[in-house]
Amino acid sequence: MATVFMTLVFLADSYLSFLLLLFFTFVVAGRAGRPFGHSLRGIRPILFIALFTLAVNSFAVKGTPLSEYGILCHITREGIEQSVRMVIRLLLLLTGASILTSTTTPLALMDGLAALMRPLRRLRVPVHELAMMMAIGLRFIPVLLEEGGRIFKAQVSRGAGFTSGNPLQRARSCIPVLVPLFAGAFRRADDLSTAMEARCFRGSAGRTRMKTLEFSRADVICVTAMLALSAVLFCMEFVKM
Amino acid sequence: MLSIRLENLSHTYQRGTPVEKTALHNITLLIEPGMFLGIAGRSGSGKTTLLQHLNGLLKPTSGCITFNGSPMDGHGMRDLRRRVGLVFQHPENQLFEETVCRDIAFGLSGTGLSPAEIDIRVRGALEAVGLGETFLNRSPFELSGGEKRRVAIAGVIVTDPSVLVLDEPTAGLDPRGRRELLDHIVALRRERGMTVVLATHDMEQMARHAEQVMVLENGSSALFGTARDVFRDVGTLERVGLEAPRITILMSKLKKVFPEIDDGIVTVDAAVEELKRLHRRQGLRWRDHDERCARGSVCCREFGSPPVGPQDEDPDGDGIYDACISC
Repeated sequence: MATVFMTLVFLADSYLSFLLLLFFTFVVAGRAGRPFGHSLRGIRPILFIALFTLAVNSFAVKGTPLSEYGILCHITREGIEQSVRMVIRLLLLLTGASILTSTTTPLALMDGLAALMRPLRRLRVPVHELAMMMAIGLRFIPVLLEEGGRIFKAQVSRGAGFTSGNPLQRARSCIPVLVPLFAGAFRRADDLSTAMEARCFRGSAGRTRMKTLEFSRADVICVTAMLALSAVLFCMEFVKM
Repeated sequence: MLSIRLENLSHTYQRGTPVEKTALHNITLLIEPGMFLGIAGRSGSGKTTLLQHLNGLLKPTSGCITFNGSPMDGHGMRDLRRRVGLVFQHPENQLFEETVCRDIAFGLSGTGLSPAEIDIRVRGALEAVGLGETFLNRSPFELSGGEKRRVAIAGVIVTDPSVLVLDEPTAGLDPRGRRELLDHIVALRRERGMTVVLATHDMEQMARHAEQVMVLENGSSALFGTARDVFRDVGTLERVGLEAPRITILMSKLKKVFPEIDDGIVTVDAAVEELKRLHRRQGLRWRDHDERCARGSVCCREFGSPPVGPQDEDPDGDGIYDACISC
């Protein structure tokens, strides 16, 4: 679903279709119990990137200049339009992603993923294991970030410098952080596998679920809404030409 | 010598976001040269945040911190960090070099010391944490947990800091490892005149070593004073989720029976002295627990109850008494 949404976001080009997408996101966010404003707040860190995109695009895209004189002659109307679209796209993508991750647990995501990839099992692709690996990877991102931060601080307080020297020296100065981080990651992986084995994890073979995913009414509504949205957008983008 | 002064220092993490959290609130503290300061408090009370201010890793959100009277900015930060050695929680996770020797020497890189000088310093640091020279060329990853931790601490003291800050240095060590590690730190302080700041929630440790104790509760200072004064306040300690040393609790219970007892006792040795004093005042003779009475009943032999009472005479003076209180 998220993939479809992302494709749509990239597909959309006219303001009208953006308006529709924004409206859609707004409604979804509301239904998900997460006010749109809340999701927006999570976007604040990328605001800088958005502004940067805005600035670069306004200057870089060729077209009719806004004015003949001064700095304004470098900014083009097309550039501004393009960059506004870009920023809206970024906004939509991130809000969409944040709605997804805040409404769906990694476990549910993993189950969904595994279900979608099930046909691949015919090709002897270890679907369940792949999904499990992804879920574990997701789960450990914050853990590793935190650990990395702590190791960084520890090395800095031992007198390590990370901001001086040529690129090679700088790269070398990462070693004191990376080696312990990897050592820690391997240790964690080891512990985790022991813990999983202690709980009798043996991969997908003969595995049953406590909570089975079922195709419910909500799913029907979701799929229908998504299909409808795609159809409308297709019409708006292509039929008019 | 370095004195560190904190004035009304507060620190807020993630300021201005929905997850902002005030970890320290209006801490005022003077760390004088040579002092042994204990920082106590439950997990999440702000100990680590406070310690990370001491070498400039964190900047106060409000209030200020001065080192020998001058505030520290970006300049001289590296130098400051060599003068204030900070040992993190679980420091063994920061080892990365191929040999113990190189790992310990990491803190000296860029100081312009000669290789010979570095070698002397590394050996000195290793010895100071009680490891022999055989460790120098081993890989830090093949050591035991306790040895790794000592190597990591050696990697901090190798720069010869004037202030040594330790964040829960004994967490996860066995009792003997704990005692040995602390003994090494105490010896270091004695030999080099270091200031030591120790954060722990092991109150027995605190009582044994710290001269001054600050108790943190939710980022604020709940108690500050000498170990004796702080541990006497059993009520406040309990409120902030800490426990006075067992011996202090025992002595304050004994006080209900013998009102003249001193309840500000924080170590076992002091308690023994106090009990001896009490015995003398009652006209009783104090005997150490390894003295046995002649009858040697089971309880006396197994538990070594001391002979008490006027009837227990020791005529031949061999340390064996005719009777003890249980016989």
